[in-house]
Amino acid sequence: MPPHEIQAAFAAALIDTERPPPEGLIGRDGGPVARRFAVHRAARLAGLIGALEVRHPVVARLVGDAFFTAMAQAFVAAHPPASPLLLAWGDDLPAFLGRFRPSARIPYLADVARLESAWARAHHAAEAVALTPAALDALAPPDRQAATIVAHPSVGLVASDHPVVSIWLAHRRDGDPQPPAAWVGEAALVVRPEAEVRVHRLTPGAHALAAALLAGASVAAATAAAKAADESCDADAALADLVQFGAVTGFTSADPADRRL
Amino acid sequence: MISTPTASGSPIVTLPAVAGVGLNPAHVAEILAGGTPVGFFEVLAENYMGAGGPPHRRLTAIRERFPLSVHGVGLSIGGAEPLDRDHLARLACLVARYQPAAVSEHLGWSSHDGRHLGEPLPLPYTEETLARVVERVDEVQTALGRPILLENPASYLRFAASTIPEVDFLAAVAERSGCGLLLDVANLDVSATNLGFDAAAAIDAFPMRHVGEIHLAGRFETVDEAGQPLFVAAHDGPVPESVWSLWERALARSGPIPTVIEWDAELPGWTIVAAEAARAERRLAALRRARGTADAAA
Repeated sequence: MPPHEIQAAFAAALIDTERPPPEGLIGRDGGPVARRFAVHRAARLAGLIGALEVRHPVVARLVGDAFFTAMAQAFVAAHPPASPLLLAWGDDLPAFLGRFRPSARIPYLADVARLESAWARAHHAAEAVALTPAALDALAPPDRQAATIVAHPSVGLVASDHPVVSIWLAHRRDGDPQPPAAWVGEAALVVRPEAEVRVHRLTPGAHALAAALLAGASVAAATAAAKAADESCDADAALADLVQFGAVTGFTSADPADRRL
Repeated sequence: MISTPTASGSPIVTLPAVAGVGLNPAHVAEILAGGTPVGFFEVLAENYMGAGGPPHRRLTAIRERFPLSVHGVGLSIGGAEPLDRDHLARLACLVARYQPAAVSEHLGWSSHDGRHLGEPLPLPYTEETLARVVERVDEVQTALGRPILLENPASYLRFAASTIPEVDFLAAVAERSGCGLLLDVANLDVSATNLGFDAAAAIDAFPMRHVGEIHLAGRFETVDEAGQPLFVAAHDGPVPESVWSLWERALARSGPIPTVIEWDAELPGWTIVAAEAARAERRLAALRRARGTADAAA
């Protein structure tokens, strides 16, 4: 058998644990190979499951080791990594969990995974210098209304019908988590302006503003979106918060000339 | 820091012939706070291939204080498919950024049909796979602009198709591609047990002139379904005595060589890992002194 066929058979049996080991393998003194081949299967799964656990420690704590291992195994089968860059693998986990029947009794699990994915992306995102509040203050009101933002490369937004930030915070460390004070939906802005990832709760209006700005809307349009989500929203304050959090690295004009402000 | 004599084995690494440790993020704070130092650190390349963030800040701080070895696990040099150019570019970027004293990868494959399969897997040793590995190593070395070290795998089984002994295969790769070798003594001992060959004889036959770095690690010991011993390179405990004595045997042939303690699972506190490195360092220091005396006499 040529080497590429040997490798194809090896890979197929590695992935499909129902298959016997491929032909052409020999154990010690010509002995059996099933347990020896199983070492390779176990090493693959342990490595991939370990990578998911590094990315999703709170999901792992919420469901427990045995459940996490079984769930991760199903995820590996459905979404095997294409690249050896495992630190970037797992963005499909939230959607997978949303469809995963065994965890349907934990309806907030997918959103916790979404928050952890955003956290992981922020953790590994490129460095960039965030604007200070003074840069916002320096914008004259007409310029400010026409401005669009350049987001910090680490920024992510997560919105949930569940108190996802409270749940995540309560389970970040081992211990005895307290239930959220109120079971209301929460939205989070995830950002890493300096060394550490920060997670900020956003009001519905502030979330609408941030989502519109991240999608490229002008401050004026984003303000309208914020008011539509929550009439009482102070959009100016919400924008100032975004700058304060380090989520903005620049303002550009929404003007077609696209001049840098 | 220890004074830094250069490695005696391969001329293609600039690591000092001292004891180092495979870096675990859990230990970094204690190391940077001045906990028991070691001679150098080795990092898994793939853990530092993000664009930025705390991993790079940690690695920068480590690199400012210690010599560095970058150890890749994902290039799939023994694979049947072309190298992943994106991954090779990421490795080249990491190497250019940190200018490590050594760069190593595995004799194995980990990608097939667009999938990453995790830990490096074994390949049959034939003239065809030898030519392919030499070509791939050459491609990697060209992309990095420097030679690499290639590590011997831990074997659990063998291929009926193999026609070349592993030690001859490794020596031929080194000679044809100009790469050096990373002798994982723990892998060699695991393979000897699992395949039923004499580990001491394998050390005696190993092409030490190409060895630029050595790995030592713990292992998990079990048996297969026929009751035959089955050792797993789990890196989950102290270095077994059989591995220490094989290491001594290798160094008796080569003189001192930079040696890494790998401890990745069931991770203990930093002082326990550092104590393993200290044991290796005591022996390496004695060998360096002996060599210094011999050099002075010559």
